Amino acid sequence: MSEIGKGRKGIEVSIAMADAVAQADVDVIAAYPITPQTHIVEHLADIVANGELDAEFVPVESEHSAMSVCCGSAAVGARTFTSTSSQGLALMSEIFIIAAAMRLPMVMALANRSLSSPLSIWNDHTDVMMVRDAGWIHFFVENGQEAYDGIFNAFRMSEDPGVMLPVAVNLDGFIMTHMVEPVEYVDGELIKKYLPEFKMKNALHPDNPVSMGCFAMPEIYTEAQMSREVGIKDAYPTIVKAWDEWGALTGRHYKPIETYRTDDADYCIITMGSFGETAMEVADMLREEGEKVGVVKIRLWRPFPMEEFRKSVLGKKYLIVLDRAISFGSQGGPVAMELRSALYGQKDAPVVVNYVAGLAGRDVSRKDFRNIILEGKKKAVSGHTDGFTLYGLRG
Amino acid sequence: MREIRFHGRGGQGAVTSAELIAISAINKGGFAQAFPSFGPERRGAPVVAFCRVDDKKIHIRAKVYNPDVVVVLDPGLVDLLDPTEGMKEGDMLIINTKKTADQIKGLKNTSIKIATVDANKIAQEELGRVIVNTTMIGAFIKATGIISIDDITEPMMERFGAKLGERNMKALKRAYQEVTIKG
Repeated sequence: MSEIGKGRKGIEVSIAMADAVAQADVDVIAAYPITPQTHIVEHLADIVANGELDAEFVPVESEHSAMSVCCGSAAVGARTFTSTSSQGLALMSEIFIIAAAMRLPMVMALANRSLSSPLSIWNDHTDVMMVRDAGWIHFFVENGQEAYDGIFNAFRMSEDPGVMLPVAVNLDGFIMTHMVEPVEYVDGELIKKYLPEFKMKNALHPDNPVSMGCFAMPEIYTEAQMSREVGIKDAYPTIVKAWDEWGALTGRHYKPIETYRTDDADYCIITMGSFGETAMEVADMLREEGEKVGVVKIRLWRPFPMEEFRKSVLGKKYLIVLDRAISFGSQGGPVAMELRSALYGQKDAPVVVNYVAGLAGRDVSRKDFRNIILEGKKKAVSGHTDGFTLYGLRG
Repeated sequence: MREIRFHGRGGQGAVTSAELIAISAINKGGFAQAFPSFGPERRGAPVVAFCRVDDKKIHIRAKVYNPDVVVVLDPGLVDLLDPTEGMKEGDMLIINTKKTADQIKGLKNTSIKIATVDANKIAQEELGRVIVNTTMIGAFIKATGIISIDDITEPMMERFGAKLGERNMKALKRAYQEVTIKG
């Protein structure tokens, strides 16, 4: 086990995440550097090279190979980590989907970044939305502490014998990865208590041959797909338990859906990722002006926490949903589409207004949030709720 | 909350300045953020870095638009951009320059306080090269009191090691002594 320091420190979020991976005592890291994920894997390469972590760091020649190595190492029961962004995720997508289909536990730090073209290194959610239906567990973090904690939570979820699925910890590129802020480290004893040794039931081993990822005739493919659906849905209570136990050990509590000042709110702004932090700040400001607005933050994206989401918003008048990606040719942002679908036919369902903002790292300031919330409210009141608005679009 | 903006050129270490101040504030139990104006780094091109310091958790994930303090690492930048953008009366602008506050022309905002220090000279003499990011922190400490010399000593040593850390601290302390504050 690595001897990485404990306590509270001011540190770049990428470095804290890499430290968490080392503290989780991973066996195999396979990754290819890509902005803005680079500092995470560079720091891990340092930690392994320094002898602080007894792991294999496989410096592959592409992301496709990175995910292939990860699948191999997970299949033999090794604790496995990788990290990527944007085009890297696109390149590994073939094997990315297979990792979930083959129920291979591993953890990825997905530093969210725009997809080309035009080429952009900055943050939005177009990359993660590309793999929305791949069958991975996805959750989002919104500050450095959550990013650090999320690594332990993700391994715990992923390797649970009742889950056995890869988990992506999504963090906004640059906005999170390149931020220096306070992070409270946990010590090795706590990690040992929280994260049991990874024991894969049907690991590949020459003494006990098993088949994985076989060819399937139409007679069995349907059932295989259903088993994936059942598998990720059934993972839900384990995901919640992984966060609950973390909360009991550290005092830091995480839920699939987080709410802020929603109890007496007439309406809510809904965010996913680092938008949530600024939204809270702006909700406080608007509350002072008499606006009864709350914030609902989606932490768990897949499996989608349908019941918790409904519980948190049913009875509100309207929801202003802020997306960081567009599903071209449809209703707007993927989050809003998800939520509209979740609310359809529900009694007391709020009206949904969708904004897309912050594409390719375009800054979304407190003033912008204020505009979005107040304009969104007007749209809801006047019934202009179809489709979406691309906030800040220049004419 | 105090919001700080740094103007420098790629390679001058504006981000390091922001980070060292943030880490100093965090180490004494406070809250802080430091982050670059994200983008491809080009040596010599104007760059911006940001820092926030508070005694409670910071929830903003956006750039700094209304800084309480602006630090200009490169004297030439004053001619290229308006470092006082977004500042209001009583805010503090800290410039690396040979000139006095009154000699700096073209500053649009005149109701702010201005601190000047010849950090190029100090860095050349103490470090042997004109890398002024740590030197300017000395002027920053004197002009704002947001952190103290004690607060920054450990982060500086950790970042640069004992030998280079000492020299950077010496340059920092000289700037602390030599900075002139007007307003």
